[in-house]
Amino acid sequence: MSPVLAGVLQMVALIAALALAYRPLGDYMAKVYSSDKHLRVEKWIYKGIGANPNTEMRWPAYLRGVLAFSAVSVLFLYLLQRFQGSLPGSLGFSSIDPDQAFNTAASFVSNTNWQSYYGEQAMGHVVQTGGLAVQNFLSASVGIAVAVALVRGFARSRTGELGNFWSDLVRGTVRILLPISVIAAIVLVACGAIQNFSGIHEVGQFTGGSQQWNGGAVASQEAIKELGTNGGGYFNANSAHPFENPNAFSNLFEIFLILLIPFALTRTFGRMVGSLKQGYAILATMVTIWIGFTALMMWTEFAHHGPAFDIAGGAMEGKETRFGVGASSIFAVATTLTSTGAVDSFHSSFTGLGGGITMLGMQLGEIAPGGTGSGLYGMLIMAIIAVFIAGLMVGRTPEYLGKKIGTREIKFAACYILITPALVLVFTAAAMALPTPGNSMTNSGAHGFSEILYAYTSASNNNGSAFAGLNADTQWFNSTLGLAMLLGRFLPMVFVLALAGSLAEQKPVPATAGTLRTEKPLFTGLLVGAILIITGLTYFPALALGPLAEGLAS
Amino acid sequence: MTTRIEKQEDTVSTTTPTRAPHSDVPTGHKDEGRVGAGLFDPKQLLKSLPDACRKLDPRVMVKSPVMFVVLVGSVLTTVFSFKDPGDWFGWAISAWLWLTVIFANLAEAVAEGRGKAQADTLRKAKTDTVARRLSKDGGSEDQVPGTELRVGDLVVCEAGDIIPGDGDVVEGVASVDESAITGESAPVIRESGGDRSAVTGGTKVLSDRIVIKITTKPGETFIDRMIALVEGAARQKTPNEIALNILLASLTIVFLLAVATLPPFADYAGTHLTMVVLVALLVCLIPTTIGALLSAIGIAGMDRLVQRNVLAMSGRAVEAAGDVSTLLLDKTGTITLGNRQASEFVPVSGTTDAVLADAAQLSSLADETPEGRSIVVLAKEKYGLRERSQGELSGAEWIAFTAQTRMSGVDVDGRKIRKGAAGSVMAWVREQGGEVSEDADTLANRISEAGGTPLLVAIEDSEGARVLGVIHLKDVVKDGMRERFDELRRMGIKTVMITGDNPLTAKAIADEAGVDDFLAEATPEDKMALIKREQAGGKLVAMTGDGTNDAPALAQADVGVAMNTGTSAAKEAGNMVDLDSNPTKLIEIVEIGKQLLITRGALTTFSIANDVAKYFAIIPALFAAVYPGLDKLNIMQLSSPDSAILSAVIFNALIIIALVPLALRGVQYRPVSADKLLRRNLGIYGLGGLIAPFIGIKIIDLIISLIPGIG
Repeated sequence: MSPVLAGVLQMVALIAALALAYRPLGDYMAKVYSSDKHLRVEKWIYKGIGANPNTEMRWPAYLRGVLAFSAVSVLFLYLLQRFQGSLPGSLGFSSIDPDQAFNTAASFVSNTNWQSYYGEQAMGHVVQTGGLAVQNFLSASVGIAVAVALVRGFARSRTGELGNFWSDLVRGTVRILLPISVIAAIVLVACGAIQNFSGIHEVGQFTGGSQQWNGGAVASQEAIKELGTNGGGYFNANSAHPFENPNAFSNLFEIFLILLIPFALTRTFGRMVGSLKQGYAILATMVTIWIGFTALMMWTEFAHHGPAFDIAGGAMEGKETRFGVGASSIFAVATTLTSTGAVDSFHSSFTGLGGGITMLGMQLGEIAPGGTGSGLYGMLIMAIIAVFIAGLMVGRTPEYLGKKIGTREIKFAACYILITPALVLVFTAAAMALPTPGNSMTNSGAHGFSEILYAYTSASNNNGSAFAGLNADTQWFNSTLGLAMLLGRFLPMVFVLALAGSLAEQKPVPATAGTLRTEKPLFTGLLVGAILIITGLTYFPALALGPLAEGLAS
Repeated sequence: MTTRIEKQEDTVSTTTPTRAPHSDVPTGHKDEGRVGAGLFDPKQLLKSLPDACRKLDPRVMVKSPVMFVVLVGSVLTTVFSFKDPGDWFGWAISAWLWLTVIFANLAEAVAEGRGKAQADTLRKAKTDTVARRLSKDGGSEDQVPGTELRVGDLVVCEAGDIIPGDGDVVEGVASVDESAITGESAPVIRESGGDRSAVTGGTKVLSDRIVIKITTKPGETFIDRMIALVEGAARQKTPNEIALNILLASLTIVFLLAVATLPPFADYAGTHLTMVVLVALLVCLIPTTIGALLSAIGIAGMDRLVQRNVLAMSGRAVEAAGDVSTLLLDKTGTITLGNRQASEFVPVSGTTDAVLADAAQLSSLADETPEGRSIVVLAKEKYGLRERSQGELSGAEWIAFTAQTRMSGVDVDGRKIRKGAAGSVMAWVREQGGEVSEDADTLANRISEAGGTPLLVAIEDSEGARVLGVIHLKDVVKDGMRERFDELRRMGIKTVMITGDNPLTAKAIADEAGVDDFLAEATPEDKMALIKREQAGGKLVAMTGDGTNDAPALAQADVGVAMNTGTSAAKEAGNMVDLDSNPTKLIEIVEIGKQLLITRGALTTFSIANDVAKYFAIIPALFAAVYPGLDKLNIMQLSSPDSAILSAVIFNALIIIALVPLALRGVQYRPVSADKLLRRNLGIYGLGGLIAPFIGIKIIDLIISLIPGIG
């Protein structure tokens, strides 16, 4: 079997598996967020945190919940790392420096999981399992909660109420993320991923010398790392490490986990707004971009010529021989089109254009299918922008899902699309203009620039993957990347929730033959175009000086 | 329901309307596009140039964020060119950037210029008048300038006087020449009481004497508001325009960031970007096309309404018109011709068609109402009876139609023939000692059930008094209305016919005209309730009205078009006034509203799609020197970096001027479904916007490269 065919077949298997899970999971999630009943364990939790899960919240209250909870999480995670040295079960690792602790706390709470540390050399069991893994669940659940609040904004009328943040947060964790993670962890263990609390092992190497390996609750963390589009690896090598991702099947399974919830949420969305077709249209937009990007990535990676490359079937540097070019390309696209950032190969080693594809994937705002929750709300914001322009072209003031897109709505959507480009470009420019940050580059020329551009793109979009090569454990990068992650996560949420509140207050406009049909392929095409032109073009000059300059050089 | 229509419905005939609606032919079936083109004359560009330059004032420019950025850019490049005066490139870019700003102002100035001409005409009508004010007791009269009148003052106007201010006639009847505001030379009748009492300042009394109660302060009269409107002085940005401006501003900021952060990237790459180049890149990327044309599109939209003699009191109403999903249309005058017409003679058994037709004709000669005349016409056309005049029959005694007797007829040669409302004629027959045959009763009922109005024809002669037959009077639906309603349905607009008729009659006409729904025996309260019900369902409602009792509904409707012939209360309540008083125009208003929005959307799409080509022109020009691989992006094969950047800037400026006619005229609108509209506009302005600049920039580059010393 040729490597290309293998890649294509894996893609087909992946699509089939996602298609099978789509309906049941999407419908189940809709039920979770619509039901009135609380599980017993949930009631205990509500009692424990002193929250009333039955009160309806307007958008400011919902936002306060999101921000307060996340602020407490950042603080807790920061302190946990700062005191690691005095905690038991820390494998003897010392406490983390303030700038790195801030960076890591911001990173895991913002669902970014950028890591400026080496997991196996810095974080013990307590921080890994009791801090980082917990945030893997909670930050993902916060993302879904905000997306569900926006969906309720579309679905509800003449009320400003968006649901209850505490109930959404707890249900997402208890009823969706936990059960799937448990099953996924078992599958990963079956594949060979490790799951223990053993200490550090000194292992002799074939070539002489020795190396330290430590154990840990890896399979369980791996499951939620992918499922919650988190991406923070137990080990520095992330999903390229055999303990995290043992074989070709586990690799495909992990990609499946990454894409599972973000895609299925479009079904949840369709259910909750009462039109499955609207959900399918959003799904179609995501799938079009995802398959397009994957095809482009495979093409550029397989087509990379040279004697050594041809033997391996393409650009193999930085890719695991266990996975090959095809599977690595699929993984790389899936992880950058979602807010995951887990890697099974090194994006820095991809061809120039391939590296550019991973960057553009994040720069589109990670919406195809995007992070858990954040993908859906990011895509819905783009849909609002596209509806606004297209809606005018059918001769009505624009409306989407029966809600008018007026001054208020467009103001929030416009602010949303401003944030990440501003963060990425301003921070990158500052890093390039200042004398010291550039010292962190490993490479010179266009590739060196790509390292920094990639870092801020990844942080601001809450991806977390890195273009290996950049030494990001400096005060400058820890602080600015940490800031970019927090602002890139929570500022957009402010506008999403404000938008949701504004939509929920409106009365619905009934659809007529004169209404723009947003469930049609034509609209999907328009939406893809709008995303590529409006979001993509913002970064064109920067991309031209990095990956494009490199990729077009030969 | 207006009282005028009620009157017509419950008496078989009544006076003819003071003024017939202008056009009974639906205007949409003209050959040149639906919403017709306002002609654009290139000379207007030249004429508006001084205005365009005056608009360079930053305080004015700041209202359009996109063009303000271009203005700042022009100043910057000019300053930098002064520092390096030998660099032709800097001067060329500066010059074209200034032109970009001026072209944008020119678009707005041209749009405003067209309104100014109209305002001048109106001002002529507003010459200072002297009012003859009545004292409170009504006894004495004093002369005061029109500007000193206060609300509540009574003034007298006689033949030849110019009416000094807006008001209502409280005494008398007069014919008034309103051509100053409507352009229509036929005089109209204004009388106290009823729905025709409103008079407008600046119009001229042609006959008789009326006393007018002033209802508006000087300076706020209809004509003042009209002048302000067409001049654009009262123009406020509409909600959708504001929303679009926000989106454009945010795109501008995004591209500003993309360009402002570029110098450190470029420095690292080993090339220095000059301020001139950066500004050029920025101006090419921000949505200047739509930014430049946005306000012209809005002004031109209002202007298109004015050209059709409709005055919108706010731009908001014009936008709302595009969103309307329910149209309330009065039956009479809008859907049907004003009057019912005879369509058929149905004889009772034992009588022939010819006998009935003859009797019907004779008895209708003394009936001057349109219904009566239509009987004579039918007798002639269908039964070949020569039209006779009253003088032809000697010794005949004519009985004219009156609203009281509801009959007309003639006594001649010993025969008494009567024609009229079923009840009246039956009573007459019995009075004359005759019998009403069962047959006649059945026929009359059948016609009623079919939605028509039966008129009975009876005779009293040697054989006694009896009914000869029935005349079927029918509401005649205007030509082309069914097609019009089909179009509206495709546009997603529901039509509701409003009538004072009983439900049976209403249904028959509704079916024939093809409206979606009807409201029969409508009272003003019913109408109001219907509007509120539709609005509660999230629909926007448009209606026309002219009577005082229409005022609450006009105010409640999202688009309320008051007829200029109507009362001042109606005009005050509506948000548009139709100077032609043609209720069918509501459909055109909806189309103009849609066209306005489509034009905005199309040019926005075009503007954004343009960016792709500009990147392909400028990026290789900037960086191919340091990264030669990037020259592969130079797919247009532009001759030199300088020429590539200049070509993009020139294209960017010229496209504004090229699109001014489109912005003023509006994108062509066709009443089809949203799907088809989107496909069409996306194809033309989306795909076109993607491709056009590739061609345009290439052509400009070819021309530039021919200039010696540049290419």
